[in-house]
Amino acid sequence: MGNKRGNFFTITCIFIGMMLSTQMVNAQNLIKGKKIFETRCLVCHQADGGGVPNMNPPLDGSTAVNGKDIARMVKIIKNGLDERVAIDGMYYNNAMIAMPDLTAENIADVLSYIRNSWSNKAGLVSLAQVNGALVKNKSNKK
Amino acid sequence: MKKGLTLCCLALCINAVSGIAQDNAGLTLPAGFKANLFAENVGSARHIAITKSGVLFAKLNYPNKEGNSIVRLEDANQDGIAEKISGWGKYGGTGIYVKGNSLYASSNEAIFKYELNSKDEVVNPLSPVTIVSGLIDRRQHNSKSITFDKANNIYVNIGAYSNACQTKDRTPGSEGMKPCPILDSAGGIWKFDGSKANQTYKDGKRYATGLRNVVGLDWNTATNQLFVAQHGRDQLNTFFPNLYTDAQNAELPAETFYAINEGDNAGWPYVYYDPSQHKKMVAPEYGGDGKKEGSNEFKDPAVAFPAHMAPMGVLFYTGNQFPEKYKNGAFISFHGSWNRAPLPQEGFFVAFVPFKDGKATGEWEIFANGFAGVENGVKVTNTSKAKARPCGLAQGPDGSIYVSDDTKGSIFKISYLK
Repeated sequence: MGNKRGNFFTITCIFIGMMLSTQMVNAQNLIKGKKIFETRCLVCHQADGGGVPNMNPPLDGSTAVNGKDIARMVKIIKNGLDERVAIDGMYYNNAMIAMPDLTAENIADVLSYIRNSWSNKAGLVSLAQVNGALVKNKSNKK
Repeated sequence: MKKGLTLCCLALCINAVSGIAQDNAGLTLPAGFKANLFAENVGSARHIAITKSGVLFAKLNYPNKEGNSIVRLEDANQDGIAEKISGWGKYGGTGIYVKGNSLYASSNEAIFKYELNSKDEVVNPLSPVTIVSGLIDRRQHNSKSITFDKANNIYVNIGAYSNACQTKDRTPGSEGMKPCPILDSAGGIWKFDGSKANQTYKDGKRYATGLRNVVGLDWNTATNQLFVAQHGRDQLNTFFPNLYTDAQNAELPAETFYAINEGDNAGWPYVYYDPSQHKKMVAPEYGGDGKKEGSNEFKDPAVAFPAHMAPMGVLFYTGNQFPEKYKNGAFISFHGSWNRAPLPQEGFFVAFVPFKDGKATGEWEIFANGFAGVENGVKVTNTSKAKARPCGLAQGPDGSIYVSDDTKGSIFKISYLK
């Protein structure tokens, strides 16, 4: 009986510990993501993620940013974007620069940050998701 | 008690001040001027033009919620507010101009001409004459702003579809192309015949070059000369972080206002204008380092404004309503910056440039401020939060001026009370 209780306690501890460490990793990722956002994204998309009308699209409230197509977001960050696309019914004229130097980890961090900043409340993006997207984008290219 | 009374007085004062501001549609103006909202929510109102009878036409960047991209506004009862509002047209664009009984409007690749009747109503809204078509539109800097000289020639801006003519636009490390091939068909002002239909590049003439993007331009009828305001290049710090800090990028390069003669070259993409050194500098894409001075073959500006503020409209004041100092001087509307981030943004006002003997004195002052809707002394941090962004300028028959906002579509009327 006592042993069982001990086991339960240990399992609970491990479980809480795992949760805490996941949260810590998340918090750290978001801090790293914020730093990347501030140095690479803020100038065009602005500190509030509101973008610039007609020029640079908003990230805050964007259906694409908050959506399920992570591969597309990864591709835009890695390769840039220079085509006429409607984003939530509006057109934006500036080309986005490619950022080939960002690692998969950097991209996961910055995507997690922008998907969980301002009014955005979408899921975090894992390293595995970004790696999967990079592979998918590469094979699409071929 | 005394403290309470002081607070009470302060509150009253603040109320009184904001009350006055409200009376001027939220704008701050020089003494003796007043402003009101001529119209609200007309759509993304870019340039505006006014007929001799006072009917105002606004060109919208996108069709509005009624599906119109040109809006006609008439203040029939003369109370300063438009009450007869109608519209037509499906194409977005910036340029609009009233010339006699003709109304010219531009899409991002063409210029169309409509006919006005004696009531300043458009006779042929669905069948305009195409004056010019086939002008380059590659999204970036695609506003085809227009103005006219006295001989019915059109001057149209064809903006460069690039930031600094790099081999790969806005890409770190990509070199500037030399010569810049964009200049053959864009990055300048082209001249066309305002009365001839179906023209394209081969019928026009490159009137001036080396202008990255001109949205605001006007013909100075007092001196018979074209004046243009250029949007200077962006992102010196983003692409050349070892040469320019964020703070330097926020102040470089100047937004420049030029007195243009035929054949002039303002130097884009090879040089930019440094407002603190009062010099043209070699662009870093062409071997510049922030210190190397550019060639003197390129034109100097008549006035240099702070960086990135985005001049959208130019209007030479020819009316008699405003005090004498404004006569034949130029108003310039500034849309407000984005590329000063992470530093606070600037602009969101209408400036006045005094002229003496047909020449800009080099000085300038803020004429109308407060469009962004932030308190006096507070800066806009995020461009999209600006309540209104000044764009088009036009002068009414009574000498009042009108300012359009392409965010929510307000049109402000500014008058002088004697």
